[in-house]
Amino acid sequence: MSEKTVEIDVENERGETQEQDETRDGAGGNETTREEVAVETRNLNVWYGEDRAIRDINMKVPEKKVTALIGPSGCGKSTFLRCINRMNDQIDGARVEGEVLFHGKNVYDDDVDPVALRRRIGMVFQKPNPFPKSIRDNVAYGLKIQGKTDSLDERVETALRQAALWDEVSDQLDGSGLDLSGGQQQRLCIARAIAPDPEVILMDEPASALDPVATSKIEDLIDDLSRDYTVVIVTHNMQQAARISDKTAVFLTGGELVEFGDTEKIFENPESQKVEDYITGKFG
Amino acid sequence: MSSETDDLFGGGDLSKERLKGRAFLAFCFAASVFGVFALALLLLDVFSQAATGVFVRDIDVVRFLTNSASRFPDQAGFYAAIVGSAWLMVLTVILSFFIGVGTAVYLEEFAPDNRWKRLVEANLANLAGVPSVVYGLLVLAAVVNLGNPLTGGRVGPILLAGAIALALLIMPIIIVSAQEALRAVPEGVRRGSYATGATNWQTVRNVVLPAAIPGILTGTILALARAIGETAPLIMVGALLTARRAPDGPFDSFGAMPTMIYYWADRPEIDFQYLAAIGIVVLLLILLAMNATAVYLRNKYETEYQ
Repeated sequence: MSEKTVEIDVENERGETQEQDETRDGAGGNETTREEVAVETRNLNVWYGEDRAIRDINMKVPEKKVTALIGPSGCGKSTFLRCINRMNDQIDGARVEGEVLFHGKNVYDDDVDPVALRRRIGMVFQKPNPFPKSIRDNVAYGLKIQGKTDSLDERVETALRQAALWDEVSDQLDGSGLDLSGGQQQRLCIARAIAPDPEVILMDEPASALDPVATSKIEDLIDDLSRDYTVVIVTHNMQQAARISDKTAVFLTGGELVEFGDTEKIFENPESQKVEDYITGKFG
Repeated sequence: MSSETDDLFGGGDLSKERLKGRAFLAFCFAASVFGVFALALLLLDVFSQAATGVFVRDIDVVRFLTNSASRFPDQAGFYAAIVGSAWLMVLTVILSFFIGVGTAVYLEEFAPDNRWKRLVEANLANLAGVPSVVYGLLVLAAVVNLGNPLTGGRVGPILLAGAIALALLIMPIIIVSAQEALRAVPEGVRRGSYATGATNWQTVRNVVLPAAIPGILTGTILALARAIGETAPLIMVGALLTARRAPDGPFDSFGAMPTMIYYWADRPEIDFQYLAAIGIVVLLLILLAMNATAVYLRNKYETEYQ
Protein backbone atom coordinates (compact mmCIF):
# COMPACT_ATOMS: atom_id res chain seq x y z
CA MET A 1 0.00 0.00 0.00
CA SER A 2 2.59 2.59 0.81
CA GLU A 3 5.17 1.41 -1.65
CA LYS A 4 4.13 4.43 -3.59
CA THR A 5 6.45 7.36 -3.85
CA VAL A 6 10.08 6.58 -3.48
CA GLU A 7 10.85 3.98 -5.94
CA ILE A 8 14.33 5.30 -6.14
CA ASP A 9 15.67 4.10 -9.39
CA VAL A 10 18.40 1.86 -8.13
CA GLU A 11 20.30 0.85 -11.22
CA ASN A 12 20.44 4.21 -12.94
CA GLU A 13 21.35 6.25 -9.95
CA ARG A 14 23.85 3.83 -8.61
CA GLY A 15 25.86 3.81 -11.78
CA GLU A 16 25.95 7.54 -11.74
CA THR A 17 27.13 7.85 -8.16
CA GLN A 18 30.01 5.52 -8.49
CA GLU A 19 31.24 7.19 -11.67
CA GLN A 20 31.87 10.52 -10.07
CA ASP A 21 34.96 9.65 -8.17
CA GLU A 22 35.96 11.40 -5.04
CA THR A 23 36.60 14.75 -6.51
CA ARG A 24 34.61 16.31 -3.72
CA ASP A 25 36.61 16.60 -0.61
CA GLY A 26 34.61 15.99 2.53
CA ALA A 27 35.78 17.33 5.85
CA GLY A 28 38.95 15.38 6.43
CA GLY A 29 39.93 14.21 2.99
CA ASN A 30 38.61 10.76 2.44
CA GLU A 31 40.24 8.64 -0.14
CA THR A 32 37.38 6.35 -0.92
CA THR A 33 38.13 5.41 -4.44
CA ARG A 34 36.54 2.62 -6.42
CA GLU A 35 34.25 1.90 -3.53
CA GLU A 36 30.57 1.99 -4.11
CA VAL A 37 28.84 4.63 -2.07
CA ALA A 38 25.70 3.61 -0.19
CA VAL A 39 24.85 6.95 1.36
CA GLU A 40 26.32 10.34 0.76
CA THR A 41 25.64 13.52 2.64
CA ARG A 42 26.20 16.99 1.29
CA ASN A 43 26.38 20.03 3.54
CA LEU A 44 24.09 18.33 6.02
CA ASN A 45 22.95 20.52 8.91
CA VAL A 46 20.43 19.75 11.63
CA TRP A 47 18.89 22.25 14.00
CA TYR A 48 16.90 21.46 17.12
CA GLY A 49 15.11 24.75 17.52
CA GLU A 50 17.95 27.26 17.75
CA ASP A 51 20.67 24.71 18.42
CA ARG A 52 22.69 23.46 15.52
CA ALA A 53 23.33 19.80 16.25
CA ILE A 54 25.50 18.99 13.23
CA ARG A 55 27.14 21.35 10.80
CA ASP A 56 28.02 20.94 7.16
CA ILE A 57 28.63 17.22 7.13
CA ASN A 58 29.98 15.87 3.85
CA MET A 59 30.51 12.17 4.00
CA LYS A 60 30.40 9.12 1.78
CA VAL A 61 29.38 5.91 3.48
CA PRO A 62 30.82 2.96 1.56
CA GLU A 63 28.62 0.06 0.58
CA LYS A 64 28.88 -3.26 2.44
CA LYS A 65 31.38 -1.95 4.92
CA VAL A 66 31.13 -1.02 8.56
CA THR A 67 31.35 2.70 9.13
CA ALA A 68 31.74 3.80 12.74
CA LEU A 69 30.74 7.21 14.01
CA ILE A 70 32.62 8.16 17.16
CA GLY A 71 32.89 11.24 19.27
CA PRO A 72 32.05 12.60 22.71
CA SER A 73 28.48 12.89 23.98
CA GLY A 74 26.42 15.55 22.29
CA CYS A 75 28.67 15.72 19.23
CA GLY A 76 25.78 14.98 16.88
CA LYS A 77 26.72 11.46 15.81
CA SER A 78 23.33 10.00 16.69
CA THR A 79 21.60 12.94 15.05
CA PHE A 80 23.59 12.29 11.91
CA LEU A 81 22.60 8.62 12.00
CA ARG A 82 18.93 9.45 12.36
CA CYS A 83 19.09 11.73 9.34
CA ILE A 84 19.89 8.81 7.10
CA ASN A 85 16.53 7.08 7.54
CA ARG A 86 14.66 10.25 8.49
CA MET A 87 13.94 9.16 12.04
CA ASN A 88 14.56 12.81 12.92
CA ASP A 89 11.15 13.46 11.37
CA GLN A 90 9.73 12.02 14.58
CA ILE A 91 11.42 14.64 16.74
CA ASP A 92 9.52 17.87 17.34
CA GLY A 93 11.46 20.91 16.28
CA ALA A 94 14.19 19.10 14.33
CA ARG A 95 15.05 20.80 11.05
CA VAL A 96 17.30 19.33 8.40
CA GLU A 97 19.18 21.23 5.71
CA GLY A 98 21.41 19.86 3.02
CA GLU A 99 21.20 16.56 1.25
CA VAL A 100 21.33 12.89 2.13
CA LEU A 101 21.79 10.97 -1.09
CA PHE A 102 20.69 7.36 -1.21
CA HIS A 103 21.46 5.94 -4.65
CA GLY A 104 21.81 9.53 -5.79
CA LYS A 105 18.35 10.54 -4.64
CA ASN A 106 18.00 13.10 -1.87
CA VAL A 107 15.91 11.38 0.77
CA TYR A 108 14.62 14.76 1.93
CA ASP A 109 13.01 15.50 -1.41
CA ASP A 110 9.28 16.03 -1.20
CA ASP A 111 8.44 12.98 -3.23
CA VAL A 112 10.30 10.59 -0.90
CA ASP A 113 8.05 8.78 1.54
CA PRO A 114 10.00 8.29 4.78
CA VAL A 115 8.14 5.03 5.44
CA ALA A 116 9.32 3.59 2.13
CA LEU A 117 12.84 4.86 2.85
CA ARG A 118 12.92 3.08 6.22
CA ARG A 119 11.98 -0.14 4.50
CA ARG A 120 15.35 0.03 2.76
CA ILE A 121 17.34 1.49 5.63
CA GLY A 122 16.76 -0.42 8.86
CA MET A 123 17.73 0.66 12.33
CA VAL A 124 18.77 -0.82 15.68
CA PHE A 125 18.58 1.29 18.82
CA GLN A 126 20.67 1.72 21.91
CA LYS A 127 18.15 0.14 24.23
CA PRO A 128 16.78 -3.19 23.01
CA ASN A 129 13.14 -2.52 22.10
CA PRO A 130 11.47 -5.81 21.17
CA PHE A 131 7.70 -5.65 20.80
CA PRO A 132 5.58 -7.33 23.49
CA LYS A 133 4.95 -10.15 21.03
CA SER A 134 6.34 -13.62 20.40
CA ILE A 135 9.87 -13.99 19.06
CA ARG A 136 8.44 -15.14 15.74
CA ASP A 137 6.09 -12.15 15.49
CA ASN A 138 8.90 -9.77 16.38
CA VAL A 139 11.05 -10.98 13.48
CA ALA A 140 8.11 -11.31 11.10
CA TYR A 141 6.85 -7.81 11.92
CA GLY A 142 8.64 -5.94 9.16
CA LEU A 143 7.81 -8.65 6.65
CA LYS A 144 4.13 -8.54 7.53
CA ILE A 145 3.72 -4.78 7.43
CA GLN A 146 5.62 -4.67 4.15
CA GLY A 147 3.39 -7.36 2.70
CA LYS A 148 6.25 -9.85 2.23
CA THR A 149 4.28 -12.72 3.71
CA ASP A 150 5.34 -15.57 1.45
CA SER A 151 7.51 -18.25 3.12
CA LEU A 152 7.37 -16.30 6.33
CA ASP A 153 8.77 -19.05 8.53
CA GLU A 154 11.85 -19.49 6.38
CA ARG A 155 12.53 -15.77 6.31
CA VAL A 156 12.16 -15.64 10.08
CA GLU A 157 14.62 -18.50 10.46
CA THR A 158 17.10 -16.91 8.05
CA ALA A 159 16.99 -13.61 9.88
CA LEU A 160 17.43 -15.29 13.25
CA ARG A 161 20.38 -17.28 11.92
CA GLN A 162 21.96 -14.13 10.49
CA ALA A 163 21.50 -12.50 13.87
CA ALA A 164 23.20 -15.51 15.52
CA LEU A 165 20.16 -16.09 17.68
CA TRP A 166 18.55 -19.10 16.02
CA ASP A 167 20.30 -21.76 18.09
CA GLU A 168 19.24 -20.10 21.32
CA VAL A 169 15.58 -19.51 20.50
CA SER A 170 14.59 -22.06 17.86
CA ASP A 171 12.58 -24.06 20.41
CA GLN A 172 10.78 -21.05 21.88
CA LEU A 173 9.69 -19.04 18.87
CA ASP A 174 6.25 -18.57 20.40
CA GLY A 175 7.67 -17.28 23.68
CA SER A 176 7.62 -13.56 24.35
CA GLY A 177 10.51 -11.50 23.04
CA LEU A 178 10.52 -9.70 26.38
CA ASP A 179 11.54 -12.88 28.21
CA LEU A 180 14.96 -12.94 26.54
CA SER A 181 18.11 -11.54 28.13
CA GLY A 182 19.26 -8.04 27.16
CA GLY A 183 21.85 -9.31 24.69
CA GLN A 184 19.38 -11.74 23.13
CA GLN A 185 16.79 -8.97 22.89
CA GLN A 186 19.26 -6.80 21.02
CA ARG A 187 20.05 -9.61 18.58
CA LEU A 188 16.30 -10.12 18.20
CA CYS A 189 16.02 -6.45 17.27
CA ILE A 190 18.81 -6.93 14.75
CA ALA A 191 16.95 -9.93 13.32
CA ARG A 192 13.82 -7.79 13.13
CA ALA A 193 15.74 -5.08 11.28
CA ILE A 194 17.33 -7.42 8.73
CA ALA A 195 14.36 -9.72 8.13
CA PRO A 196 12.80 -7.48 5.44
CA ASP A 197 16.23 -7.37 3.79
CA PRO A 198 17.14 -3.69 3.84
CA GLU A 199 20.31 -2.41 2.20
CA VAL A 200 21.62 -0.32 5.05
CA ILE A 201 21.48 -0.97 8.78
CA LEU A 202 21.91 1.92 11.15
CA MET A 203 22.96 1.08 14.69
CA ASP A 204 22.82 3.59 17.50
CA GLU A 205 25.20 2.36 20.23
CA PRO A 206 23.73 -1.14 19.97
CA ALA A 207 25.96 -2.65 22.63
CA SER A 208 26.17 0.13 25.18
CA ALA A 209 23.48 -1.37 27.41
CA LEU A 210 24.97 -4.87 27.30
CA ASP A 211 27.53 -6.81 29.30
CA PRO A 212 30.95 -7.67 27.75
CA VAL A 213 29.95 -11.17 26.61
CA ALA A 214 26.80 -9.97 24.90
CA THR A 215 28.77 -7.06 23.44
CA SER A 216 31.33 -9.34 21.84
CA LYS A 217 28.54 -11.39 20.29
CA ILE A 218 27.04 -8.26 18.79
CA GLU A 219 30.45 -7.22 17.49
CA ASP A 220 31.01 -10.58 15.78
CA LEU A 221 27.56 -10.28 14.33
CA ILE A 222 28.23 -6.83 12.91
CA ASP A 223 31.31 -8.18 11.19
CA ASP A 224 29.20 -10.91 9.55
CA LEU A 225 26.46 -8.50 8.59
CA SER A 226 28.84 -6.29 6.63
CA ARG A 227 29.15 -9.00 4.01
CA ASP A 228 25.52 -8.43 2.98
CA TYR A 229 24.67 -5.02 4.35
CA THR A 230 26.05 -1.55 4.70
CA VAL A 231 26.40 -0.93 8.42
CA VAL A 232 26.65 2.49 10.00
CA ILE A 233 27.23 2.29 13.73
CA VAL A 234 27.40 4.96 16.38
CA THR A 235 29.55 4.02 19.33
CA HIS A 236 31.09 5.84 22.23
CA ASN A 237 33.52 2.99 22.66
CA MET A 238 36.65 3.70 20.65
CA GLN A 239 38.07 0.21 21.01
CA GLN A 240 34.85 -1.11 19.59
CA ALA A 241 35.10 1.22 16.61
CA ALA A 242 38.69 0.12 16.06
CA ARG A 243 37.76 -3.55 16.27
CA ILE A 244 34.75 -3.68 14.02
CA SER A 245 34.79 -0.84 11.52
CA ASP A 246 36.37 -0.34 8.13
CA LYS A 247 35.83 3.40 8.13
CA THR A 248 35.66 5.76 11.05
CA ALA A 249 34.17 9.21 11.24
CA VAL A 250 35.16 11.34 14.21
CA PHE A 251 32.64 13.95 15.31
CA LEU A 252 33.69 16.50 17.88
CA THR A 253 31.71 18.89 20.01
CA GLY A 254 29.76 21.36 17.98
CA GLY A 255 28.55 18.80 15.51
CA GLU A 256 31.52 18.91 13.18
CA LEU A 257 32.92 15.98 11.30
CA VAL A 258 36.60 16.42 12.02
CA GLU A 259 38.04 13.46 10.25
CA PHE A 260 36.75 10.59 8.18
CA GLY A 261 38.79 7.80 6.69
CA ASP A 262 40.02 4.26 7.01
CA THR A 263 39.75 3.11 10.60
CA GLU A 264 43.38 2.03 10.74
CA LYS A 265 44.58 5.42 9.66
CA ILE A 266 42.28 7.31 12.03
CA PHE A 267 43.50 5.31 14.99
CA GLU A 268 47.17 5.11 14.09
CA ASN A 269 47.93 8.26 12.26
CA PRO A 270 45.13 10.81 12.37
CA GLU A 271 45.63 14.01 10.49
CA SER A 272 43.96 16.23 13.01
CA GLN A 273 45.58 16.97 16.34
CA LYS A 274 42.11 17.15 17.92
CA VAL A 275 41.31 13.66 16.74
CA GLU A 276 44.57 12.36 18.11
CA ASP A 277 43.88 14.00 21.45
CA TYR A 278 40.42 12.49 21.52
CA ILE A 279 41.56 9.03 20.59
CA THR A 280 44.41 8.99 23.05
CA GLY A 281 41.98 10.05 25.76
CA LYS A 282 43.15 13.61 26.33
CA PHE A 283 39.54 14.75 26.28
CA GLY A 284 36.05 13.53 25.53
CA MET B 1 30.05 8.04 83.43
CA SER B 2 31.48 11.16 82.05
CA SER B 3 29.21 14.01 81.15
CA GLU B 4 30.59 13.86 77.61
CA THR B 5 28.42 10.89 76.76
CA ASP B 6 25.26 12.12 78.43
CA ASP B 7 23.67 13.41 75.26
CA LEU B 8 24.01 9.98 73.65
CA PHE B 9 21.08 8.78 75.73
CA GLY B 10 18.56 11.09 74.15
CA GLY B 11 16.19 12.83 76.48
CA GLY B 12 15.33 16.52 76.50
CA ASP B 13 14.64 17.97 73.06
CA LEU B 14 15.20 14.71 71.24
CA SER B 15 12.56 12.77 73.13
CA LYS B 16 10.12 15.62 72.56
CA GLU B 17 10.72 15.35 68.81
CA ARG B 18 10.29 11.60 68.99
CA LEU B 19 6.97 12.09 70.76
CA LYS B 20 5.77 14.46 68.04
CA GLY B 21 6.78 11.87 65.45
CA ARG B 22 4.81 9.17 67.19
CA ALA B 23 1.75 11.40 67.55
CA PHE B 24 1.83 12.24 63.86
CA LEU B 25 2.21 8.58 62.94
CA ALA B 26 -0.77 7.71 65.15
CA PHE B 27 -2.87 10.39 63.45
CA CYS B 28 -1.98 9.17 59.96
CA PHE B 29 -2.70 5.60 60.91
CA ALA B 30 -6.07 6.52 62.42
CA ALA B 31 -6.93 8.47 59.28
CA SER B 32 -6.16 5.51 57.06
CA VAL B 33 -8.14 3.16 59.29
CA PHE B 34 -11.13 5.52 59.33
CA GLY B 35 -12.04 4.85 55.70
CA VAL B 36 -11.81 1.11 56.10
CA PHE B 37 -13.80 1.31 59.31
CA ALA B 38 -16.58 3.35 57.71
CA LEU B 39 -16.81 0.92 54.82
CA ALA B 40 -16.89 -2.04 57.17
CA LEU B 41 -19.68 -0.44 59.20
CA LEU B 42 -21.68 0.21 56.05
CA LEU B 43 -21.23 -3.35 54.81
CA LEU B 44 -22.10 -4.75 58.23
CA ASP B 45 -25.32 -2.72 58.33
CA VAL B 46 -26.36 -3.70 54.81
CA PHE B 47 -25.48 -7.36 55.19
CA SER B 48 -27.17 -7.68 58.58
CA GLN B 49 -30.32 -6.09 57.20
CA ALA B 50 -30.22 -8.39 54.20
CA ALA B 51 -29.63 -11.40 56.44
CA THR B 52 -32.54 -10.38 58.66
CA GLY B 53 -34.67 -10.11 55.56
CA VAL B 54 -33.71 -13.54 54.33
CA PHE B 55 -33.59 -15.50 57.58
CA VAL B 56 -36.04 -13.70 59.90
CA ARG B 57 -38.55 -12.27 57.47
CA ASP B 58 -38.31 -15.29 55.20
CA ILE B 59 -37.74 -13.43 51.99
CA ASP B 60 -37.15 -16.08 49.35
CA VAL B 61 -33.90 -15.23 47.53
CA VAL B 62 -34.85 -17.19 44.42
CA ARG B 63 -38.17 -15.40 44.19
CA PHE B 64 -36.37 -12.11 44.80
CA LEU B 65 -34.16 -12.77 41.80
CA THR B 66 -36.93 -14.00 39.50
CA ASN B 67 -39.87 -11.72 40.35
CA SER B 68 -40.15 -8.06 39.47
CA ALA B 69 -41.48 -5.02 41.30
CA SER B 70 -44.78 -5.40 43.07
CA ARG B 71 -46.96 -3.50 45.50
CA PHE B 72 -46.76 -6.44 47.86
CA PRO B 73 -43.40 -6.90 49.55
CA ASP B 74 -43.72 -10.69 49.57
CA GLN B 75 -44.23 -10.68 45.79
CA ALA B 76 -41.62 -8.07 44.91
CA GLY B 77 -38.37 -8.98 43.18
CA PHE B 78 -35.29 -7.58 41.51
CA TYR B 79 -35.36 -9.40 38.16
CA ALA B 80 -36.55 -6.57 35.88
CA ALA B 81 -34.11 -4.18 37.54
CA ILE B 82 -31.16 -6.55 37.01
CA VAL B 83 -32.08 -7.03 33.35
CA GLY B 84 -32.54 -3.27 32.98
CA SER B 85 -29.08 -2.63 34.43
CA ALA B 86 -27.54 -5.32 32.20
CA TRP B 87 -29.07 -3.65 29.13
CA LEU B 88 -27.79 -0.31 30.33
CA MET B 89 -24.26 -1.63 30.75
CA VAL B 90 -24.19 -3.20 27.29
CA LEU B 91 -25.46 -0.06 25.58
CA THR B 92 -23.26 2.19 27.69
CA VAL B 93 -20.11 0.27 26.85
CA ILE B 94 -20.94 0.26 23.14
CA LEU B 95 -21.62 4.00 23.17
CA SER B 96 -18.62 5.01 25.25
CA PHE B 97 -15.85 2.51 24.47
CA PHE B 98 -15.19 3.23 20.81
CA ILE B 99 -15.57 6.99 21.09
CA GLY B 100 -13.50 7.03 24.27
CA VAL B 101 -10.68 4.86 22.94
CA GLY B 102 -10.77 6.67 19.61
CA THR B 103 -10.35 10.00 21.42
CA ALA B 104 -7.49 8.64 23.51
CA VAL B 105 -5.67 7.18 20.49
CA TYR B 106 -6.05 10.44 18.60
CA LEU B 107 -4.80 12.54 21.49
CA GLU B 108 -1.85 10.27 22.35
CA GLU B 109 -0.72 8.97 18.98
CA PHE B 110 -1.69 11.49 16.34
CA ALA B 111 -2.61 14.93 17.66
CA PRO B 112 0.15 17.52 17.34
CA ASP B 113 0.95 19.08 20.69
CA ASN B 114 -0.82 22.36 20.12
CA ARG B 115 -3.43 24.60 21.68
CA TRP B 116 -6.29 22.58 20.26
CA LYS B 117 -5.08 19.38 21.92
CA ARG B 118 -4.60 21.16 25.24
CA LEU B 119 -8.11 22.61 24.94
CA VAL B 120 -9.59 19.16 24.40
CA GLU B 121 -7.63 17.72 27.33
CA ALA B 122 -8.62 20.57 29.66
CA ASN B 123 -12.26 20.03 28.72
CA LEU B 124 -11.99 16.31 29.37
CA ALA B 125 -10.67 17.03 32.85
CA ASN B 126 -13.63 19.35 33.42
CA LEU B 127 -16.12 16.83 32.07
CA ALA B 128 -14.84 14.23 34.51
CA GLY B 129 -15.81 16.57 37.33
CA VAL B 130 -19.36 17.34 36.16
CA PRO B 131 -21.97 16.01 38.64
CA SER B 132 -23.80 13.01 37.22
CA VAL B 133 -27.20 14.62 37.64
CA VAL B 134 -26.18 17.24 35.08
CA TYR B 135 -25.66 14.55 32.44
CA GLY B 136 -29.16 13.32 33.28
CA LEU B 137 -30.55 16.82 32.73
CA LEU B 138 -28.67 17.15 29.46
CA VAL B 139 -30.08 13.90 28.09
CA LEU B 140 -33.55 14.81 29.36
CA ALA B 141 -33.43 18.00 27.29
CA ALA B 142 -31.51 16.71 24.29
CA VAL B 143 -33.03 13.23 23.88
CA VAL B 144 -36.03 12.48 26.06
CA ASN B 145 -37.94 15.67 25.36
CA LEU B 146 -37.08 15.62 21.67
CA GLY B 147 -39.96 15.27 19.23
CA ASN B 148 -40.42 11.77 17.86
CA PRO B 149 -41.33 12.02 14.15
CA LEU B 150 -42.92 8.54 14.18
CA THR B 151 -45.42 9.06 16.96
CA GLY B 152 -45.70 12.82 16.97
CA GLY B 153 -45.00 12.75 20.70
CA ARG B 154 -41.62 13.02 22.37
CA VAL B 155 -38.94 10.35 22.50
CA GLY B 156 -39.72 9.64 26.12
CA PRO B 157 -37.77 8.00 28.93
CA ILE B 158 -36.31 5.10 26.97
CA LEU B 159 -33.48 2.76 27.93
CA LEU B 160 -31.21 4.24 25.26
CA ALA B 161 -31.56 7.68 26.86
CA GLY B 162 -30.38 6.28 30.19
CA ALA B 163 -27.45 4.60 28.43
CA ILE B 164 -26.50 7.86 26.71
CA ALA B 165 -26.44 9.66 30.05
CA LEU B 166 -24.24 6.96 31.60
CA ALA B 167 -21.99 6.83 28.52
CA LEU B 168 -21.41 10.58 28.70
CA LEU B 169 -20.72 10.24 32.39
CA ILE B 170 -18.00 7.60 32.05
CA MET B 171 -16.50 8.68 28.74
CA PRO B 172 -13.95 11.05 30.35
CA ILE B 173 -12.90 8.23 32.70
CA ILE B 174 -12.43 5.82 29.78
CA ILE B 175 -10.48 8.42 27.79
CA VAL B 176 -8.13 9.27 30.64
CA SER B 177 -7.48 5.64 31.56
CA ALA B 178 -6.94 4.71 27.90
CA GLN B 179 -4.51 7.62 27.52
CA GLU B 180 -2.58 6.34 30.52
CA ALA B 181 -2.49 2.83 29.07
CA LEU B 182 -1.19 4.20 25.74
CA ARG B 183 1.40 6.34 27.49
CA ALA B 184 2.66 3.26 29.33
CA VAL B 185 3.77 1.74 26.02
CA PRO B 186 7.46 2.69 25.80
CA GLU B 187 8.50 5.17 23.13
CA GLY B 188 11.25 2.77 22.05
CA VAL B 189 8.66 0.26 20.90
CA ARG B 190 7.04 2.86 18.64
CA ARG B 191 10.43 3.89 17.26
CA GLY B 192 11.25 0.25 16.59
CA SER B 193 8.09 -0.04 14.55
CA TYR B 194 8.70 3.15 12.56
CA ALA B 195 12.30 2.12 11.91
CA THR B 196 11.05 -1.18 10.50
CA GLY B 197 9.12 0.77 7.91
CA ALA B 198 5.68 0.89 9.49
CA THR B 199 3.23 3.71 8.95
CA ASN B 200 1.56 5.53 11.83
CA TRP B 201 -1.53 3.43 11.46
CA GLN B 202 0.40 0.15 11.29
CA THR B 203 2.32 1.11 14.41
CA VAL B 204 -0.82 1.94 16.35
CA ARG B 205 -2.74 -1.04 15.05
CA ASN B 206 -0.05 -3.73 15.39
CA VAL B 207 2.12 -2.61 18.27
CA VAL B 208 0.70 0.15 20.44
CA LEU B 209 -2.95 -0.92 20.76
CA PRO B 210 -2.23 -4.61 21.46
CA ALA B 211 0.19 -3.55 24.19
CA ALA B 212 -2.27 -1.08 25.68
CA ILE B 213 -5.50 -3.05 25.40
CA PRO B 214 -5.32 -4.78 28.82
CA GLY B 215 -4.98 -1.39 30.50
CA ILE B 216 -7.76 0.04 28.37
CA LEU B 217 -10.10 -2.83 29.25
CA THR B 218 -9.30 -2.52 32.95
CA GLY B 219 -10.12 1.19 32.87
CA THR B 220 -13.33 0.54 30.96
CA ILE B 221 -14.55 -2.07 33.44
CA LEU B 222 -13.80 0.21 36.38
CA ALA B 223 -15.69 3.01 34.62
CA LEU B 224 -18.66 0.68 34.05
CA ALA B 225 -18.58 -0.27 37.71
CA ARG B 226 -19.00 3.42 38.43
CA ALA B 227 -21.90 3.66 35.97
CA ILE B 228 -23.85 0.66 37.23
CA GLY B 229 -24.44 2.27 40.62
CA GLU B 230 -25.43 5.70 39.28
CA THR B 231 -28.95 6.70 40.29
CA ALA B 232 -29.35 10.43 39.75
CA PRO B 233 -28.98 10.56 35.94
CA LEU B 234 -31.42 7.67 35.55
CA ILE B 235 -34.02 9.38 37.70
CA MET B 236 -33.48 12.56 35.64
CA VAL B 237 -34.11 10.85 32.32
CA GLY B 238 -37.23 9.29 33.80
CA ALA B 239 -36.34 5.69 34.55
CA LEU B 240 -39.15 3.71 36.14
CA LEU B 241 -38.68 3.57 39.86
CA THR B 242 -40.66 0.38 39.97
CA ALA B 243 -39.36 -2.01 37.33
CA ARG B 244 -42.35 -4.29 36.91
CA ARG B 245 -41.09 -5.96 33.77
CA ALA B 246 -37.78 -6.29 32.00
CA PRO B 247 -37.26 -3.91 29.05
CA ASP B 248 -37.71 -5.41 25.58
CA GLY B 249 -35.02 -3.35 23.94
CA PRO B 250 -33.24 0.00 23.76
CA PHE B 251 -36.46 1.87 22.99
CA ASP B 252 -38.51 0.45 25.83
CA SER B 253 -39.10 2.09 29.19
CA PHE B 254 -36.85 0.71 31.89
CA GLY B 255 -35.94 0.47 35.53
CA ALA B 256 -32.52 -0.35 36.93
CA MET B 257 -30.99 -1.70 40.11
CA PRO B 258 -30.11 1.61 41.77
CA THR B 259 -33.50 3.19 41.01
CA MET B 260 -35.30 0.11 42.32
CA ILE B 261 -33.24 0.24 45.53
CA TYR B 262 -33.94 3.96 45.84
CA TYR B 263 -37.68 3.32 45.51
CA TRP B 264 -37.77 0.48 48.03
CA ALA B 265 -35.66 2.38 50.56
CA ASP B 266 -38.15 5.25 50.27
CA ARG B 267 -41.18 3.11 51.11
CA PRO B 268 -42.58 3.24 54.65
CA GLU B 269 -43.22 -0.52 54.93
CA ILE B 270 -40.41 -2.21 56.81
CA ASP B 271 -40.35 -5.23 54.49
CA PHE B 272 -39.38 -3.01 51.57
CA GLN B 273 -36.37 -1.88 53.60
CA TYR B 274 -35.19 -5.48 53.71
CA LEU B 275 -35.74 -5.82 49.98
CA ALA B 276 -33.61 -2.72 49.48
CA ALA B 277 -30.86 -4.25 51.62
CA ILE B 278 -30.86 -7.47 49.62
CA GLY B 279 -30.86 -5.43 46.41
CA ILE B 280 -27.80 -3.52 47.63
CA VAL B 281 -26.04 -6.80 48.39
CA VAL B 282 -26.76 -8.04 44.87
CA LEU B 283 -25.50 -4.76 43.39
CA LEU B 284 -22.36 -4.91 45.57
CA LEU B 285 -21.64 -8.49 44.50
CA ILE B 286 -21.92 -7.51 40.83
CA LEU B 287 -19.62 -4.53 41.45
CA LEU B 288 -17.14 -6.74 43.24
CA ALA B 289 -17.18 -9.23 40.36
CA MET B 290 -16.50 -6.41 37.87
CA ASN B 291 -13.61 -5.04 39.90
CA ALA B 292 -12.17 -8.53 40.34
CA THR B 293 -12.31 -9.03 36.57
CA ALA B 294 -10.47 -5.75 36.08
CA VAL B 295 -7.74 -6.72 38.54
CA TYR B 296 -7.45 -10.16 36.98
CA LEU B 297 -7.07 -8.72 33.47
CA ARG B 298 -4.48 -6.25 34.65
CA ASN B 299 -2.38 -8.90 36.35
CA LYS B 300 -2.71 -11.49 33.63
CA TYR B 301 -1.85 -9.32 30.64
CA GLU B 302 0.40 -6.75 32.23
CA THR B 303 3.53 -6.39 30.10
CA GLU B 304 6.82 -6.14 31.97
CA TYR B 305 9.16 -3.89 30.04
CA GLN B 306 12.72 -3.68 31.16
